[in-house]
Amino acid sequence: MEHYISILTKAIFIENILLAYFLGMCSFLAISKKVDTSIGLGFAVIFVLTITAPANWAIHNFLLKEGALAWVNADFGVNGTNVIDLSFLNSIIFIAVIAAMVQLVEMTLDKFAPKLYISLGIFLPLIAVNCAILGGSMFLVERNYTFVESTVYGFGSGIGFFLAIASMAAIRHRIRYSNVPPQLRGVGITMLLTGLVSMAFMAFSGIDL
Amino acid sequence: MLGKDKTLDFLDKKSKVALTDPLMKNNPISLQVLGICSALAVTVQLNTAVVMTLAVVAVLSVSNTVISLLRTMIPGKVRIIVQLSVIATLVILTDQILQAYMYDISKQLSVFVALIITNCIVMGRAEAFAMQNTPGKSFLDGLGNGLGYGGILISVAFFRELLGNGSIYGYTVIPESLYAAGYQNMGIMVLSPGAFIILGLIVWVHRIASGVEED
Repeated sequence: MEHYISILTKAIFIENILLAYFLGMCSFLAISKKVDTSIGLGFAVIFVLTITAPANWAIHNFLLKEGALAWVNADFGVNGTNVIDLSFLNSIIFIAVIAAMVQLVEMTLDKFAPKLYISLGIFLPLIAVNCAILGGSMFLVERNYTFVESTVYGFGSGIGFFLAIASMAAIRHRIRYSNVPPQLRGVGITMLLTGLVSMAFMAFSGIDL
Repeated sequence: MLGKDKTLDFLDKKSKVALTDPLMKNNPISLQVLGICSALAVTVQLNTAVVMTLAVVAVLSVSNTVISLLRTMIPGKVRIIVQLSVIATLVILTDQILQAYMYDISKQLSVFVALIITNCIVMGRAEAFAMQNTPGKSFLDGLGNGLGYGGILISVAFFRELLGNGSIYGYTVIPESLYAAGYQNMGIMVLSPGAFIILGLIVWVHRIASGVEED
C-alpha cells in the first residue's frame, strides 16, 4: 500500500506531468484563462488518464511487448523459436486506443451522467490530442509499471495536471488588473508564472518516500 | 525585407513566404503558441535540442509533402485520422532511425521523440496548409515551420546550458578564473523552472521585436 501512495504522491507533486515534464502545455496555455473551464479540463484529464493508462498497459503487455504474444503460441514467447517484438508500434497503437477510449467515455457519460457530460463539453474530444495523455502511457511503459501501479500513476498524473491548471487559472485571474508590459501579456507572463509555480512544486522533491 | 533577399530568388513569391514567414514573423512557438509540449524537456543541453530539431524538421516537411500529395484523395470526414496515421508512421520511422544510429541520444530523448505525434505544429500545418497547397509549397512550409520551432528550441537550450552548466555544446566556455572569483552555475536553469522562465523571456523579446500584443 505504501508503495502505491508513494507513486501517487510522486506523480502529483514531485514529477508533475506538466510542471516537470512539460506535457500538455498547449491546452494549459490556451485554457488557463478562465477558472471554471480549466477545472472542467482538469477533471476530463483525470478521467481519461485513469482509464487509458491501464488500458494501454494491457495492450502493451499482452500484445506488443517483446514475447508478449506467448499466450497465442509458445513459439512467439521470449524463449520461443519465433520471438515477436511489436513494441515499435507502441505510439501509433496508444494514440488509437486513446482516441477510441475518449469516444467511449463520451458515449457512456452522455448516457449515464449527462450533467457531467455537458459540463465537460468540448474538452473531452480535445483530450485525444493532449500530449499529457500519450506521455502518461509512454512513461508507464518506460518505467515497467505493473497494472495497479499504472492505474495509480495515471490517476496521480491527472490530479497533478488538474492542480497545475487550476492554480494557474486562479493566478491569471488575479493578475488581470496588474500592469504587465503589453508585449509580455498572454503567453509570456503565463510562462514566467508557470516557472514560479514549478519552482514551488520543486520544493516537494526533498521529500523522501 | 524578405523581398530584397536575393539568395532565394529561384523560388516564386508565395513559396518564399511559406519558407521564411515562420522563421521570424509568424514563429510557431513564440507567436502562434503551438507545440511547446514536447519542446522544453529536451532543452537542458544543446545536443539533444539539435537532434530533436532535426527530427521535427524531418517529420514536419515530409508529413506536409505526403499529406499535400494525398489531399485530393482524402475524404473530408476522415481527414484527421488520415493525417494522424501519416504523422505517426513518420514519427515511428524517425524514432527507429535514431535508435539504430544514435542510441545514446535516443535514450536521453526517451519518450519525447514519440510525442512529436501529438505536437500541435505538425497537425496544425497539415490541416491549415498542406490540405490546400501543392506538395512543393507544403514542403517549404514544413521546412520553415520546423526551422522556426528549432530556432526557439536551440536558443532556449543555449541559455540553459550556458547558465546551468557553463558550457556550450558540451565544451566548457566559462573560464576557471571566473569560478575562482566566486561565479557559480545556476542550478535552477537545469531544472524545469529554468525552461519556463527562459522561454517566457524569449517570447517577450520576440514580441517586442515584432510588435505583437495580446490582451
